[in-house]
Amino acid sequence: MPNKNTMAAILSTDFDRVLSGWLKAQTKEGVKRADLVSAEESKEQSRDLLSAIADALPDAAVDSELDLTETVWDPIRDVLETITENRTQRGVSTTEMGWFIGSLKQPLFEILHTELADKPTEFMREMWNSTRLIDQISLHAIESLVEKREATIERQRAEMTEVSAPVVKIWDRIVTVPLIGTLDSFRAQTVMENILDAIVQWEAEVAIIDITGVSTVDTLVAQHLLKTAAAVRLMGAECVICGISPKIAQTVVNLGVELPNITTRVDLESGLAYAFDRVGVTVARG
Amino acid sequence: MTLRKSVTLKTHGDIAYARQVAGELMVEIEASAIKRTKFVTAVSEIARNAINYGQGGVITFHLAEASGRKRALAVCTDRGPGIEDVDAALRDGFSTGKSLGLGLGGAKRLVDQFEIVSTPGSGTRVSLECGPR
Repeated sequence: MPNKNTMAAILSTDFDRVLSGWLKAQTKEGVKRADLVSAEESKEQSRDLLSAIADALPDAAVDSELDLTETVWDPIRDVLETITENRTQRGVSTTEMGWFIGSLKQPLFEILHTELADKPTEFMREMWNSTRLIDQISLHAIESLVEKREATIERQRAEMTEVSAPVVKIWDRIVTVPLIGTLDSFRAQTVMENILDAIVQWEAEVAIIDITGVSTVDTLVAQHLLKTAAAVRLMGAECVICGISPKIAQTVVNLGVELPNITTRVDLESGLAYAFDRVGVTVARG
Repeated sequence: MTLRKSVTLKTHGDIAYARQVAGELMVEIEASAIKRTKFVTAVSEIARNAINYGQGGVITFHLAEASGRKRALAVCTDRGPGIEDVDAALRDGFSTGKSLGLGLGGAKRLVDQFEIVSTPGSGTRVSLECGPR
């Protein structure tokens, strides 16, 4: 048995023993999560991962040179990818994921102990090598699990910002857009384009932007509003910004932002009243 | 002074999170609505600066208590190139980017206490402090 790779030798001769030992350890450690991953799936995933390890080991460096990013470990990373994808969807926690792989140590150590019973130095070295390998695989799996979750969060975040800002025609020659949430550069651009298109489409003279739902008006939001108002004016229409609460008004003043040539109103009602006046509509109670 | 939360500033989405945490902290010190809006807006400004000019950073939120009065504190640190002329950066209309140039000075006016320490080459640290009223 070559010194370098006792683990490879064990996995090629005692594969089934290691696998069944591992599955047993998984049950014992309570990481099997039969409720989330079926026994059959668990077995299949364990076998796939163990065979990938067994295939890679003979050619890989497992001593201090161990580097899971090397191409020789590619199959393992692929298998882990499939497993973590499957387990993320089922809602398996990072701890469970870590232990699922970590519990492979138990059967492996047992065999190492039997094989190297009278060679304590080698036994120590092999213990350390296999610990390092299994821990690295386990960490990689956890990282991949976290990455997948982050990707989900990022996707949800993107969906949130894409919440459309529909421009609606509320009266002849009057369009309005209610803004909600955060007005970052991307959304501001979308809103501006939508308003300009709507002005052309409905021959609008007044565009009312309702910012009641915008929680924070900082300098960036103010800048976007200024730009939009300027573009609207260039199209020959007028921009009315409404929904400016007393606290937003004070904050904007403190910031030192000026909104010259922009009509502002406290709420949508007064914004609409202004717009009616502007296009020559009189509202009368009948 | 107790640390309440720490927010890593990397993407523009993180600014929204920092604002949310700032708002929660102001609720905790029972601040008025106007004080809350002001503090949240100031946090938004300095957090964006850290991302736009400071290559990202971290903002920590603390709860300070002096003679029975609770105060909110936000400390934003970045590892960016630093600001060469802090006085100029605080002047309204000054911007090295394409912004309005009101963020830093505006943030200063929005809070009760404002402190900025910048070392060219090693980053900028901005502290904001705000009481409940």
